[in-house]
Order: sequence, then structure tokens, then C-alpha cells
Amino acid sequence: MLAKRIIPCLDVRNGEVVKGVQFRNHEVIGAIEPLAQRYATEGADELVFYDITASSDDRVVDKSWVERIARVIDIPFTVAGGIRTIAQAQEILAMGADKISINSPALRDPDLINALVDEFGQQCIVIGIDSFYNQEQNRYEVYQFTGDETRTQKTRWQTRDWLNEVVARGAGEIVLNCMNQDGVRQGYDLEQLTALRAHCPVPLIASGGAGAMAHFADVFTTANVDGALAASVFHKRVIDMGELKTYLAAQGVAIRPFTTTTQQGS
Amino acid sequence: MTSLVIIDTSCANLSSVRFAFERLGVEPVVTASPTVIRAADRVVLPGVGTAAAAMRNLQQLGLVEVIQQLEQPVLGICLGMQLLTDYSAEGNVDCLGVIPARTERMIAAGLPLPHMGWNTMTDPSASNPLLRGVESPAYCYFVHSFAVAVDQYTSAQCTYGQPFAAMIRSKNFFGAQFHPERSGTVGAQILQNFLALTDGD
Repeated sequence: MLAKRIIPCLDVRNGEVVKGVQFRNHEVIGAIEPLAQRYATEGADELVFYDITASSDDRVVDKSWVERIARVIDIPFTVAGGIRTIAQAQEILAMGADKISINSPALRDPDLINALVDEFGQQCIVIGIDSFYNQEQNRYEVYQFTGDETRTQKTRWQTRDWLNEVVARGAGEIVLNCMNQDGVRQGYDLEQLTALRAHCPVPLIASGGAGAMAHFADVFTTANVDGALAASVFHKRVIDMGELKTYLAAQGVAIRPFTTTTQQGS
Repeated sequence: MTSLVIIDTSCANLSSVRFAFERLGVEPVVTASPTVIRAADRVVLPGVGTAAAAMRNLQQLGLVEVIQQLEQPVLGICLGMQLLTDYSAEGNVDCLGVIPARTERMIAAGLPLPHMGWNTMTDPSASNPLLRGVESPAYCYFVHSFAVAVDQYTSAQCTYGQPFAAMIRSKNFFGAQFHPERSGTVGAQILQNFLALTDGD
């Protein structure tokens, strides 16, 4: 049975892993490779690396760490951040990334999605969507340039419409980041994720809000997402990967069992 | 020391396969040279992209007959496995035809496609030495929308909506639908077994 994926997300800025609260006030968590290796050893199913400043600074990700990660870990990983051309995507994939994730550049130029899918295949093209609940209008709205609060801006898209658009263009997976929940550890946005799951024929990954093991069980059983992304709860060891997997299995969630010995990190 | 060649199919992602073998202490040669490929002890046919594009690349590189005539162990990974079959519905193309099977679009009964993530490989066949020491069920990492139906050449299965071949084998040609290079210790065991194959296997 296909296992639900637990996906630690490492936000990368200036070559270090950082974590912000609702996309602001970034604090340094540590170096990239030791964290990547630790998560792979502890039983993470997949890793995502976001260069959070890339799109807003008009530069592509610093690539050298992609290859270093590919050398040391034996689970799949995705790289996101400022990839806006075929050549840039090719370079990242050639260095060993399994998937690339596109966010702001896809909003600026939706044809980029088609071009990437045609060139590399649907399976390695992930679209990240930053979605904010507008309480006044009672609707979900797509934002861009969320890596830099001074440039973050609302787009013309409502989230459901943009999801439909990127799927029609061939996206192979969607990461839905619910901005209202990000970094506050109050649980995933079950309402939004459940609504969008019904419109998403490709794998859907929940992002934003994980604070306790029960939140993972909730998002898998209620919203039926394929994977759950989380950052601070793993970086700060609020949740232990092995315990989380044991807990989810006991809750009846299909999970890849935690079998390897936990490596003691420093 | 066993010489290992990874065929450079002009597709993007060869590094992760190369690194996986390097973690096992082997330095693979990545090449499209027919001479080097023929002389290797082991040959890996990776694959990312579409079957039609990959077959076109192999034809342009003059590698179709070269691969078909290989007698040393050959391992096709993901799309590389599908290329070993007679035909792929992805682009409606004839493939290498060294394993008499067909690659068809998956029918996932309403489940999301691509089939992406860790799924269980079951029903391992004792006749496939790559499965030695691999527990069953074993979780492996899959990413695909096309698959080979279960038949006599299937040496392990997986189910997503319907059963399909997780591993296939005919003579010296082996295929894995999942990515052993990204399947943790299980994948490493399979790659190690590939390196350790003997004439008796």
C-alpha cells in the first residue's frame, strides 16, 4: 500500500537552514547536509529544500549543495527556488535532485510549467502554491514572492482556479502551503486542504501548521493528502520522526515503518 | 573490481544513480560509447522523461542494437526498465524488446497519478537474485504513470489501483520500476546484489 509521506522541509537562505514564523523573522537552524542526513537516517520519506530568498532576489539557487545532498542521502528530494528556465531546471536535476518545485516563476509565466513538463516529464515537476485565507472576502488567494516580506504580493488568482490551471498544464504534484497556518503549529488547514483535494488529480502535499503528532493524523485521515510537510517541529525536535511514524501506524495511517536506527545528532 | 557503466541517455538525472553506486564503493563510468558499454561488466540503463524521447535518444546515439546484444547483467531503472520491454504506450513506441512485456498507462481507479511515493514490493521471486536479502513486503520509492503488467517475467509486484510489475527479469536483463537509488537500505541492497551477480545467477 502506498505510504503517506512525512516530508521535512528545509528552508535555505545563504547556504544555511532557517525557519521563520509566518514567513518572517528567520532564525538560523543549522548547516544543510547534517540536517538532511539526519532526517534521511531517522526515517523521513522525502526532503524539500526551499531557497526562500531566491525568487525575490532575482537569482537562482546556489547549486553546489544540491549535489552534496544527492551524494549523501538515499531518499528522494525536491529543490525549489527561483528556477525559471529549462536550463536551470536541467542543471538542478542533473546534480541529483529528484524533483524541482516552481512557485513564483510559474505565476509570472504559466507556460513555463508546460515547457518543463515537456522536457523532463510530469513526475519531476512540482508546483508550490502559497495560499492565504482572506477573511473579509471569504476566499483563498494565491500569493507570490513570499520569501521576502517586503515583496510578498497577492496575485489575481484564487487558489482553486490556479490549482486547476497548473494541473491542466501538466504539474505532477502540488504543495499547498496554507499561509495563515505557517509556523504557528496549530494544525494543518484541514478545511482548505479537504476542499482542494477534491480538485487535485495529482499527489497533494499539505504544508503549514504542523505542531503535534495528532495534526499529521488529522491531515491524512481528514484531508486525505499524500504527504505532509513540516519544518520547525522536526528542526526543534518537538516531534521525533520515529515516534511520529509509530503513532501514525497505530492510528491506521499507511506509513513506511520506522526501521532504521536513529542516529544521534549533535 | 567490477566495471560499471551507466548509459548516458541524454536525460537529466543520472547523478543520483551514480552517487548510489559510489556509496557502495564503485566508481561508475557514465558514457554513451558503444565500445565502453560493450566492455563493461555491468550496465545500468537509467531513465527519466518519456519513453518516446528516450528511445529517440538511444536511436540517435546508435545504442539500440548495442543494448539488445549485451550479454552481461543489465539493470533498467524506472523508465529504463520500461525501455527493456517490447512496447510502451507512452508515445506509442517500440522499445528495446529484450524482455517480452508491454508498458501501459496505469489505471489507478481514481487514485492520484503519477503513482508517487513509497509503496510495498511483494511476492518476490526466488529466481531473481537482485531480491536476495530483501524482506517482503519492502517499501520502495516509485514515481511513474506507466507500468508493466504482471506476467511470467515479473519477479516482484506492487499494487496501486491494480497490481503491476515492480521488478522484471529475462536472462541477463533486469528491471526495477522503482528507484533503488532513492529507496533507502532496500534499494542499496538491490544495487549491491546487482554488483554481486555471478555467472550462475
